[in-house]
Amino acid sequence: MSSPAPAAPPLLRFDRIQKSFFGVPVLQGISLSLDQGRALGLVGENGAGKTTLMNILGGNLAPDAGRIEFAGLPHQPRSPLEAAAAGIAFVHQELNLFPNLSVAENLHLTAFPRRRGFPVIHRALLRAKTRALLEQVSLDIDSDTPVERLTAGERQLVEIAKALGIEARLLILDEPTTSLTDLETRRLFDLLERLRGQGMTMIYISHHLADVLRFCDHIAVLRDGELVGSGPASAFNATRLISLMVGRQLDQVFPGSAPPPDSPPVLEARRLSHPGIIDQVSFTLRAGEILGLSGLMGSGRSELARILFGLDPFGAGEILVEGKPLRRPRPIRCLRRGLAFVTENRREEGLCLEASIADNLLLVALRDFAPPPARWIRRRPLQAAAARIRSAVRLTPTALDSHPVKTLSGGNQQKVVLAKWLLSQPRVIILDEPTRGIDVGAKCEFYQLIHDLAARGTGILLISSEMEELLGLCHRILVLRQGAIRDELQRPEFDRERILRAALHTERAP
Amino acid sequence: MTPATRHPWLIVLNQAPVVLFLAVLALFGARSAQFLQPDNLVNILIQSSSTAMVAIGMTFVLLTAGVDLSVGSMMFVGAALAGKLALQGYPLLLSILAMILAGLLGGALNALFVTRLRIAPFIVTLATLYLGRGLGLWITQTRAMNLPESFLHLGAGRWLGIPIPLVILGTVLLIAHIVLQHTPFGRQIYATGQDIETARKAGLRTGRILASVYIVSGACAALGGLISLTQLGAVSPTFGAQKEFAAIAAAVLGGTSLFGGRGRVFPGTLLGAVLIQTVENGLVILNADPYLYPLVTSAIIFVAVSLDCLRQRLVERLSRRLIRPV
Ligand SMILES: Nc1ncnc2c1ncn2[C@@H]1O[C@H](COP(=O)(O)OP(=O)(O)OP(=O)(O)O)[C@@H](O)[C@H]1O
Ligand SMILES: [Mg+2]
Repeated sequence: MSSPAPAAPPLLRFDRIQKSFFGVPVLQGISLSLDQGRALGLVGENGAGKTTLMNILGGNLAPDAGRIEFAGLPHQPRSPLEAAAAGIAFVHQELNLFPNLSVAENLHLTAFPRRRGFPVIHRALLRAKTRALLEQVSLDIDSDTPVERLTAGERQLVEIAKALGIEARLLILDEPTTSLTDLETRRLFDLLERLRGQGMTMIYISHHLADVLRFCDHIAVLRDGELVGSGPASAFNATRLISLMVGRQLDQVFPGSAPPPDSPPVLEARRLSHPGIIDQVSFTLRAGEILGLSGLMGSGRSELARILFGLDPFGAGEILVEGKPLRRPRPIRCLRRGLAFVTENRREEGLCLEASIADNLLLVALRDFAPPPARWIRRRPLQAAAARIRSAVRLTPTALDSHPVKTLSGGNQQKVVLAKWLLSQPRVIILDEPTRGIDVGAKCEFYQLIHDLAARGTGILLISSEMEELLGLCHRILVLRQGAIRDELQRPEFDRERILRAALHTERAP
Repeated sequence: MTPATRHPWLIVLNQAPVVLFLAVLALFGARSAQFLQPDNLVNILIQSSSTAMVAIGMTFVLLTAGVDLSVGSMMFVGAALAGKLALQGYPLLLSILAMILAGLLGGALNALFVTRLRIAPFIVTLATLYLGRGLGLWITQTRAMNLPESFLHLGAGRWLGIPIPLVILGTVLLIAHIVLQHTPFGRQIYATGQDIETARKAGLRTGRILASVYIVSGACAALGGLISLTQLGAVSPTFGAQKEFAAIAAAVLGGTSLFGGRGRVFPGTLLGAVLIQTVENGLVILNADPYLYPLVTSAIIFVAVSLDCLRQRLVERLSRRLIRPV
């Protein structure tokens, strides 16, 4: 940053940081500095190197070359613990909690309060400390709850509470809002504002450029491991950020909308109910239609999707695929009837992290490329189809095909999940938060992809917390609240406020 | 928490080891009055104490998603060493200490290979299984050793009226339980077993944690060997053979997951070990065909594991979060 003669030296300074993986340069000499009490927005395409830079700062990786200075001292953490001791807290892109441990244990895993003179955990003190931390992030849950019982949104708040727990001076947030609803996001920003007011320094990574522009004091843009722009936030706007990130102009985010099709239904739900989960849900999805499913997190959107794909049972009602009832749905049966389901939980449900990118891509479509009777895999057509799909979602470079998926950047992992399903050419595709963690450029391509899929007659059920996405893509939007459909809007009636009202309006839960 | 956790079936299934245990007691009790005599029950407990001891250490390892196949051999090496020293006239205490030291060293060897060279625990401990057996056979010259009376006296002795094997087991069990449930180290073991990569990122010293569970397992194996020695009074070339399977079975029967992160030594592992012994004891009292023993034991393991599966599924179904009032 080029502020003239700063009064105090910067809290953090990167000096020509370099890093490569397997000879592929990922960071190519990044120099950057950040003042105490400021928030730096770090943006860039998927795989630009944002997380890698933060991993170096947070002690997860060692740089190949370059130096970091933190609080006036050289900073060379050899472990996350050392970075934490120096005052750096890292909220990871992928949540890093232990589902088998309680919230309290997760928050204090490396610093349990002990009884004096014994290495035994002081449970009462632990609970009290945990309650105080949870209060700071406005999370009202029991401190002994196992984390496996929490929703994605609640887990995110626990992660942030964890960072507050180590009394950090610098807080790294790597895409913290990806699993939060609008409401929760707003609450998070209130919290972050308050922390900044108390002198906390932050690095904020996100693909939501509007959030970055609104919240951050400074912005730095990475492209292919190089710093291609940095300065005060006021010097940027969304268009400029995007063109810096992608290196080209993006004029239109959403493809033009086609008129709603008048085609036969491909997926129907008739009075689907399950006690305590969903209630009398009925809808019809036509071939070629994009149907949006809106609602707050915990409104039953994902639960409905899981029921439709046979992952969870339902008590009453009926599901019809292409007019014929789907009895006792199971994922395998749904798959054969042409349903596809992109889960919101990619790390646990969407990917085999240790398997190669190629293997993950081919997982679902494999059957289609192994024709009876021998069921031998036809390698060549399979590879060709995979290559087509991966270029469609701009998943590059191909050279990494044999690497495990876990070495991909977060956004690129999401692309693998998408591509995997698209390869099986589904009749109906249920997308649960499909663009989570995907950069603007790829999002744009992805919207086009959905649009084309629909144009070719695939029925699409799109669950999203991003209102823009629903408004921009869908023919019709259903609003869910407490497991029931509360409103239905046709494209001409689309109205942000009406959707929010239907989603929010609630008699306070006991 | 949720009303779901109070579901009657779940309460039953959550206590699957206890339920199974009571069922087995009732079954044998109904067929033979002798079986439920307090003397016999204490006897069962004493007989199972060696396996239980080894299984406690095994639970530590299983919690980290590892496995220790070398425990039986480690018992053998320790016992051979202790026996040799005792026969040469060294004091009892010294031979016992040597035995425990051998266990610790064996565990440390496993730990070294698993954490430093990052070889899969299954492979490492399979190698040390053969190594230990060979070493023991070399020390004993493949002959059975009859030990001085002092060992048997120790096994028959009592402290405050409690048989010595049970005193040793009880002490170790209590310490192990407190360590796992109530110390930072214990909770970090659970975290490491759940996801070692995440644990490392969270700042845990996963290397040290992994290393220590193998050392704990080695020590427990040595103590289990000691208990066996005080009960048998002799070291045969098959001393401790296949103990690793009994220990794994006990831990799994007690609800420990082989995938790491789940399980407890108390009541879980203890009950598992006692259950296996109870079945054998019951079959002896009923005068059953000895060839039936392994069949019945395997049936019990099968039932226990099935029950655990059922439980998992029920928990999953019941712990779905309610979105609306039922
Ligand atoms: N452990 C690893 N091994 C090999 N390659 C890696 C590893 N970690 C990261 N990479 C590569 O480094 C590049 C940068 O990844 P990074 O995670 O920093 O991207 P990012 O900017 O955070 O992207 P996103 O917005 O998708 O999260 C990617 O191409 C990724 O595949
Ligand atoms: Mg990233």
